[in-house]
Order: sequence, then C-alpha cells, then structure tokens
Amino acid sequence: MKYLDEFRNPEIAQRLFDEIRRMTTRPWAIMEVCGGQTHSIIRNGIDQLLPPQIELIHGPGCPVCVTPLETIDKALMIAAQPGVIFCSFGDMLRVPGSEKDLFRVKSEGADVRIVYSPLDAVKLAQANPEREVVFFAIGFETTAPANAMAVYQAKQLGLRNFSMLVSHVLVPPAIAAIMESPATRVQAFLAAGHVCTVMGYWEYEPLVERYHVPIVVTGFEPLDVLEGIRRAVAQLEKGEARLENAYPRAVRREGNVPAQKMLADVFEVTDRAWRGIGVIPRSGWRLSERYREFDAEARFAVANIRTQESPLCRSGEVLQGLLKPNQCPAFGKECTPRTPLGATMVSSEGACAAYYQYGRFVQVEDIPVAPSV
Amino acid sequence: MCLGIPGQVKEIYEVNGVRMGKVDFAGIVKEVCLAYVPEIEVGDYTIVHVGFAITQLDEASAQESLRLFEEMGRLEEELGSSEEGAGEVSG
Repeated sequence: MKYLDEFRNPEIAQRLFDEIRRMTTRPWAIMEVCGGQTHSIIRNGIDQLLPPQIELIHGPGCPVCVTPLETIDKALMIAAQPGVIFCSFGDMLRVPGSEKDLFRVKSEGADVRIVYSPLDAVKLAQANPEREVVFFAIGFETTAPANAMAVYQAKQLGLRNFSMLVSHVLVPPAIAAIMESPATRVQAFLAAGHVCTVMGYWEYEPLVERYHVPIVVTGFEPLDVLEGIRRAVAQLEKGEARLENAYPRAVRREGNVPAQKMLADVFEVTDRAWRGIGVIPRSGWRLSERYREFDAEARFAVANIRTQESPLCRSGEVLQGLLKPNQCPAFGKECTPRTPLGATMVSSEGACAAYYQYGRFVQVEDIPVAPSV
Repeated sequence: MCLGIPGQVKEIYEVNGVRMGKVDFAGIVKEVCLAYVPEIEVGDYTIVHVGFAITQLDEASAQESLRLFEEMGRLEEELGSSEEGAGEVSG
C-alpha cells in the first residue's frame, strides 16, 4: 500500500538501527505515548533490536485501557435497558466491567452493535426512531473530531433518540502527570502522531520547556518509530530538550484547524479519571452546554455504581510505565485475551495484549544475549 | 485506536450537507467523511481514522523523509562510521 510499504523497508530500518547504535553511549528511557506505537514496536521487535541501553517505556495512550471502570459499568447499565441500541467501537466489547462486559450483556439479550464510524450510529438513530441509540464516545484527540461530528449531525438532523456516553481523554495533561510523578523514569517522549495531526504540536512546547524533556512527534510504521527514537536519542546524547516533528507527512504545527473548531464547539475541558491511574486535572473532554441534551449520562439513570477492580490486575502500573506486562504475576496465567482481568489485555492498543499476541512471555533481560563483536 | 490508514481520494460528494467521498485503500474503497479536509481534491492522499479523513497526506514531505533515510545510510557507508560507531558502543 502506498505510503505504508515504503515506511516498512527492512534495509532502511537496518540503517536507522545502525545509526541509533552508533550514537548511543549511555542508558536512556524513552516513552512511546501511544498504544498503536507500542504494538508496532512489539510486533516488529524494535525494542529487541535496539541497543540494550535504550529502554522503551510503554505509555498510557490506549483509550480503551484508560476508560474508567465506572464509565464501563454505566455503559453496561445503559446497554441493558429495553429499547436501547448501544453502539461502540469493537475494542470496547470485551473490556471487563465490575461484573461483566458488553459481550456478556449482548448475550443476555441487549442490542449491542459494533460500528466502524460514529456516523453509523447516527444512521441507526435515523433508521430506528422508536429506539434510543447510544454511542460510546471514547478516544484521544484523534477520534474526537469523528465523535464530535456525530453529535453535531444529530443536532442538525433534530434527532431526539441519539445520545453519547462520553469519555474523552487528552495527551498533554497525561504527559505532565507522568513528569510530575516522583516515580517517573521517562527521559524523552515519542508523542502520538495522529493526536498531533488533529491538534498540532504547539501544545507540547510548554511541556518541553517546563520539564526540560525532549518530545518527538512520531508516526506508526517501523521507520517512523525508529526515526522518532533516533531523534530522541540524538537530543538526549547532546543534553538537549527540543520539540521535533518526525512525522511531517501527516503533522503540521497548527494541526487540523477545521477539526479543532468543531471540537471547541462540541466539547469542553473537564477533569477525568483514568483507569488504573486516577484523576488527572483538565485531562478530558465532555459535551459542552450546547450539546448537553445529547449526554447519555443525563438521559439514563446511571447513579449508585459501586465498582470492583480485579485484585490481581496491575494494569495501572503497566499504564504508568512502572511495570512491563510480563512482569505481572497474572500475565498469561489468570489473565489472557480470552479471560482478561484488565483492559490492557483486551485492547488492540493495550501493552499486555501486545506482549501476549507477540509471545513476550519472558523479560528481554532474561534471554541470554550473544557477546557483542 | 488512533491508527490511521493512508488512502487516495477517488470521489467527492455531499450527504446531508456534509462533505463525503470514496477513498481507495490499495483496492478496498470505503466511504469517508471529508468535512475536516475542505481543500482535498480527487487524486490526493489522505489519512483516515474511524471513517474520517484527518489530514491531507503531504506527499512531497513523505518523499523527503524517505530521501533523508536513504542518505543517512549512504553517508555512513562512505565514512565507514557505522562499524567505528558500533565498536565504540560495545567497547
């Protein structure tokens, strides 16, 4: 596929590996924020081919993983109500709530449907005026313009039977929270490319300055990820902290302005709880006053929820980069993609799912390494 | 979930007053919302996420990135710095 295959060229990748190896003189810990990048790294074995001094810390950029348990439980309650068509991206269906997941609710008779685009949910509302159609609007800044367009259209079309359960999260406050944490080991960030496609990267300039940390806007294909790492290492080795764009074919400093205008109309900033991490101030979006009538939490009675996390699940530490998935005692034993204890084992962007899918059952350090030549 | 796939715009039209189009992903053609890329034209490349074009793909910039990657290797080969560098690291 054009503009994918060229960025997967193994010979060029080898050159980038060589270059990174050549410039690395000390240990460095770099966090890739986005779960899509984590999967690219693990699938392609990038972490294993880098010089051993470079550690990649997997970040919290998995919207499915960080959607609060309380919100999942609310989704389960709403989906189970008679007359409701509950629409969601496919990733959410197996995410464990306190007692069950959306698949289970569906098997008990609820009308739960997987949609590819949020506009499919609007179409369902148009086609089923006697039913209440609820869309589970999760995601980072990348997905928000699509979800915003769905509610904007619903308003334009005067749909009274459409609503959204909103749990949007934002990357820059999460980066700030990671840097504020006393436990953090992160020395540089690979910023999530498509988040920056939408929002631009000007938001990251104050973070670079405040925390003196290099941030490199990075894409998803192997060459993109390697170029992001190469630039981060180059800065670290020189003691610099700058903002760089290593994904210029998709990202411009100002981002997508028409999308940002829509976001500013539909959403407003709010404090948000991140599953496994806790509340991060001003780290989410909720519907603005103008669209509050489409808020599923107000339309359906979903109070008095008592959440119960699995006592074995340590996904919070995984999401904060404090624990590698295969260091969790439950990994691959009590917790597998078929019987997940936490969302990180479910999502196509979850670090635990990546480690399981690509057979990372032991620590890289535990594998005997051939002596270097 | 933030994954975006590059594809080529084949057709542009309006549905309910919203700019929509057909995008070709190496032979698979899907309907995509083009509301956020008002300047895109048929033949241009875009990056699509959950049925929405989130940007026009900058083809010149893509070629430039690939050219820089190519050069990086060549420069090393010419200077023979690759082996030297590797020696420094392991030694």
